[in-house]
Amino acid sequence: MKGAKIAVVFVYILFLMLPIYWLLNMSFKTTNEILGGFSWYPQEFTLDSYKTIFTDPTWYGGYINSLSYVLMNTVISVSLALPAAYAFSRYRFLGDKHLFFWLLSNRMAPPAVFVLPFVELYSALKLFDTPLAVALAHCLFNVPLAVWILEGFMSGVPREVDETAYIDGYSFPRFFIKIFMPLIAAGIGVTAFFCFMFSWVEMLLAKNLTSVAAKPIVAVMTRTASTAGYELGLLAAAGALTLIPGVIVIWFVRKHIAKGFALGRV
Amino acid sequence: MTTKTVNQKAWFLVLPVLLIVALNAIIPLMTVVNYSVQDTFSPGVFFFEGTKWYKEVLSSPRFHGALGRQFLFTAIILAIEIPLGVLVALAMPRKGPWVSVCLVLMALPLLIPWNVVGAMWNIFALPDIGLLGYGLNWLGFDYNYTQQPVSAWMTVVLMDVWHWTSLVVLLAYAGLSSIPDAYYQAAKIDGASAFAVFRYIQLPKMKRVLIIALLLRFMDSFMVYTEPFVLTGGGPGNSTTFLSIDLVKAAIGEFNLGIAAAMSILYFLMTLLVCWVFYTAMMRGEDS
Repeated sequence: MKGAKIAVVFVYILFLMLPIYWLLNMSFKTTNEILGGFSWYPQEFTLDSYKTIFTDPTWYGGYINSLSYVLMNTVISVSLALPAAYAFSRYRFLGDKHLFFWLLSNRMAPPAVFVLPFVELYSALKLFDTPLAVALAHCLFNVPLAVWILEGFMSGVPREVDETAYIDGYSFPRFFIKIFMPLIAAGIGVTAFFCFMFSWVEMLLAKNLTSVAAKPIVAVMTRTASTAGYELGLLAAAGALTLIPGVIVIWFVRKHIAKGFALGRV
Repeated sequence: MTTKTVNQKAWFLVLPVLLIVALNAIIPLMTVVNYSVQDTFSPGVFFFEGTKWYKEVLSSPRFHGALGRQFLFTAIILAIEIPLGVLVALAMPRKGPWVSVCLVLMALPLLIPWNVVGAMWNIFALPDIGLLGYGLNWLGFDYNYTQQPVSAWMTVVLMDVWHWTSLVVLLAYAGLSSIPDAYYQAAKIDGASAFAVFRYIQLPKMKRVLIIALLLRFMDSFMVYTEPFVLTGGGPGNSTTFLSIDLVKAAIGEFNLGIAAAMSILYFLMTLLVCWVFYTAMMRGEDS
């Protein structure tokens, strides 16, 4: 029984790691070796692909662009969602349930539906091809998500905390920042993690809302895949580098991740 | 849970969220609605067409094909990912140093940009130098995902299982870890079988998170675009062209605005309907 359980987890993790190993394997091979045929590990280990990425501005610029709109989006989403989630968790008001469902329905809207109108909207706002456009567009699904997760965490804080603070003469903003936010710090962390994650992995909107100046790494990669021949090693190295931000943020929230998924109802 | 107080001023707290989501949701949606009832011959000149595009989309074999493939894909991945996710969650250690390691490793695929997932599987499944493609051919299977629809389907499904099963695992695991140890001890004293423990303790505790998992996997698989697009480009032929891929093709590739807009509206209504059904079921479950 115990052995079977370990085997299930082991086989599953092995299945998850194999494609990642293959990506890393390819990224350390020379183009000649890749085209030469099948091999389990690089015969002539090389860092050339990585060198190209770190010396070519279109490549490393892509990472900087991506990270800048992801960070902007995370900050915007969390800071707007905080007061809204508080309202949903503490008060009843006209149309609250409908509003909540409407917000949520945007998390379910297929981005493909919005691509074309988004391009027109952000061109009209003169934001096309800036990281801010992508950051704002990703708010479509990240803000509702942030409200949903934060509401879950806030409802776990007893209302007596609020009432005591008000009796002690705290104003709402002071109470919110000094007392309430530290209480749900873990929740804010988990929310930021999910906003970061969904903005980081999205490609369709990020690619179509930018052209040259703010080109994200995901768009740089598709260009390489289609035009610059078949430089698999370079593509693999670029892909391998996109794993790093994910690994870093996941390491920070590893203690909360299972709880966040449950409470946050992501 | 104490009851909430009525306070209409709470609207001020919600206002910023309302504004930014409205900017992103209502304006584009109205643009799409506009396009879906109009035709154009030159930029800026539009005239009303009524339901022409809707009729055309609803009667086109191309839309039926994409819709059929979409439902088939969603059904297959749900049938694999939900049971597999529950199985892995049940097999996970409940405490100890390995829990964190397992969770971090399992969450890794969720944090990879979707086009990288597609590119990674592209490399992994290449018949000549990819581990999966080479391995399958070495075992004697005739496998080439760029030419055979069956291979392409298998690869797309396997990729989705690889990418998203961990989400189900994490959710199910979160549900399981909320069960107090006392429940298991009581079951042990009563001599309950492993199946009885699952049926009467673990499954009811996981019910809520499993509904969420089902909802999320349904929605996300229904709008899947990037991964299959990067992997197969919708091919070979049209065999892996799902709804989103078809839609983007019509809107950006062919610039067929009326058709694309009408498709978008139908597509959006479908997801909205399913979302509403799930949401109502979930809220009812929470109230009782």
